[in-house]
Amino acid sequence: MRAPRLAGGPIAPKATRREPEAALRTTPLAAIPAPAGILARSRPTILTVTNVQTQISHLAALEAESIHIFREVVAEFERPVLLFSGGKDSIIMLRLAEKAFWPARVPFPIMHVDTGHNFPEVLDYRDRRVAELEVRLVVASVQDSIDQGRVVEETGARASRNRLQTVTLLDAITSNGFDAVFGGGRRDEEKARAKERVFSFRDEFGQWDPKNQRPELWDLYNGRHRKGEHIRVFPISNWTELDVWQYIADDGIEVPSIYFAHRRRVFMRDGMWLAENPYVTLMDGEEIEERQVRYRTVGDMSCTGAVESPAETIEQVIEEVAASRITERGATRADDKFAEAAMEDRKREGYF
Amino acid sequence: MLLESKQIFEDQMEAVERTSREKGFDYTNLALLTDGLRAEREQGITIDVAYRYFATPKRKFIIADTPGHIQYTRNMVTGASTADLALVLVDARNGIVEQSRRHAVIASMLRVHHIVLCVNKMDLVDYDESVYESICSEFTEWAAKLDITDLTFVPVSALLGDNVTAHSENMPWYEGPTLLHHLEHLYIGSDRNLIDPRFPVQLVIRPMSNEHHDYRGYAGQVAGGIFRPGDEVVVLPSGFATTIAGIDAYGGPIDEAFAPMSVTIRLADDLDVSRGDMLCRPHNQPTVSQDVEAMICWFSPDRPLSAGSQYAIKHTTRSARCRVQDLHYRLDVNTLHRDEGASTLTLNEMGRVALRTTAPLFVDEYRRNRMTGSFILIEEATNETVAAGMVIGAA
Repeated sequence: MRAPRLAGGPIAPKATRREPEAALRTTPLAAIPAPAGILARSRPTILTVTNVQTQISHLAALEAESIHIFREVVAEFERPVLLFSGGKDSIIMLRLAEKAFWPARVPFPIMHVDTGHNFPEVLDYRDRRVAELEVRLVVASVQDSIDQGRVVEETGARASRNRLQTVTLLDAITSNGFDAVFGGGRRDEEKARAKERVFSFRDEFGQWDPKNQRPELWDLYNGRHRKGEHIRVFPISNWTELDVWQYIADDGIEVPSIYFAHRRRVFMRDGMWLAENPYVTLMDGEEIEERQVRYRTVGDMSCTGAVESPAETIEQVIEEVAASRITERGATRADDKFAEAAMEDRKREGYF
Repeated sequence: MLLESKQIFEDQMEAVERTSREKGFDYTNLALLTDGLRAEREQGITIDVAYRYFATPKRKFIIADTPGHIQYTRNMVTGASTADLALVLVDARNGIVEQSRRHAVIASMLRVHHIVLCVNKMDLVDYDESVYESICSEFTEWAAKLDITDLTFVPVSALLGDNVTAHSENMPWYEGPTLLHHLEHLYIGSDRNLIDPRFPVQLVIRPMSNEHHDYRGYAGQVAGGIFRPGDEVVVLPSGFATTIAGIDAYGGPIDEAFAPMSVTIRLADDLDVSRGDMLCRPHNQPTVSQDVEAMICWFSPDRPLSAGSQYAIKHTTRSARCRVQDLHYRLDVNTLHRDEGASTLTLNEMGRVALRTTAPLFVDEYRRNRMTGSFILIEEATNETVAAGMVIGAA
């Protein structure tokens, strides 16, 4: 099996046919003595100095695009908010936001839609980051929505609060008057997400209409909306899972420990290892056993599966992700296994 | 190609195989991979652009898979707007058809620098070199009418894998690179504009903190050229000249910035600079004008474009309103025929217009700079994006 690997290097080969970098940074081409070989043959006729380093790595290009998107939103919207789950995607989103406005603080609050079924390591991480960046944290609680009768708790062994989150999320958007909501969705995650715009319009009910999306060209984003409508914004649309991990490694970003291999008491359901936890009930034939696992995605404990893995370091995780032949959602999300259009249907209702 | 380079994940492939079986297809329908919406799968057509990602040890690719039918021209235009390379597929049995010509026209109008014509299904014409050659020469002759900088031909069989990732033993007469090799080695570094310095200001960064009390920086993404500290710059539209005091990325100053870097520029003087303004060099400035000549592609299914109508216009970080002064002609994207008698543009049609804007725009020709030469029109009553425009010039 040939694994797709990225060296983290430039998107395109560097202009190696030119002479040493140091010379070219300050010396006009006309002043360089013509050396043997290719340079002599391909001497440009223009006098403008094109620097050998005018290529940036693919990660730097992705970062620049994401920062541009964050800034467009802050310039054009009144009340943006960033959705923060404590998962790797929202972690790099927050990091990109920090970079986009430096040396100013992140100029919008972050919101955690809390199902109440959290991994404790993830909550710790969230609170540490919030304190560090001095951003405002809004917690929208699914339990509150249940208590207020806005949603009804599912029952049975497969009960999950995943779908209920949509109501909590939309209620919080409305009550806080948020007009732009940053999400960490990536197009490589899932086929309905592959169709999503960077600026994705939501009507007054928070609905997505995938057949009637605004054309989105170049880097020109149309964020216009009426009161009560809002725009979901996906700054890391073009990042892949591997890009995210390479960026975490390159940038030295800390992520919650559950992303790395650890021993955990788990049980097998629908081909996934679910953690033993207070929010699920075992069904007949399911047995708890201890395994060495790690998480590829972080979500609600009741429906996020772990994968067996020996990867204890970022480098080992990158190697594993690069060689993986199964998507992260296919491997670890019960919610996407229900039906071919599970994600599309949830997104239409206003899901992340 | 995705399949050949082992870029399709097993769970996605299983889902596609399962659906193909359930629907009673004789073979696995790979189109199901990118037809991500329920409506697309139901109708068996691609409606919207799907983005897919794939990497080889040499490069990372983003594929915009766009529908081919004329009624989805706007989706093709969308996909082409950010593309470095366009793959146009031709069925070797049918040769160049209207659809192949249309795809090439759109790619050339949107300034996709590299076009690869894949002559597909070579297995169905017995890998006949003369079939391939006649398609190539027919297309080359026709393409002379277009503005194409780089055109490459590859004979392939996508189904059987000939010349996709490995050289085909069935076509020993073909000595060129495989499709994947070509994609991996193509030089795209010179496709960006590094000549004309353009910096549209996105927003002003003022931390108002004790640590950075007097900090005032202009955040934006470089749209052309190279900027360095010490460079003399002019601020548009005010025309004031100053120098660059420093360029910051996260954490501190950097030595230079070029497209597509997102940076923050500090100026030596306190000037009135805000979103929508542009930094450029004293002797290299864009055209400042309220009268813009452009090719546009019309997107609205409900209302046509006609002379006299008004829209909001977004160009770089600048927003204004505009009136369509004149529709010069409608362009037939199949034949390149210009219909000067046309009075409207309807969904998916292209044409040349004259616009008058409420505020001056700082424009370059689209063929010189994709970022400062492009704009969108928005219908103010519905907030819909109704057109994409490419600047030809200014009056």
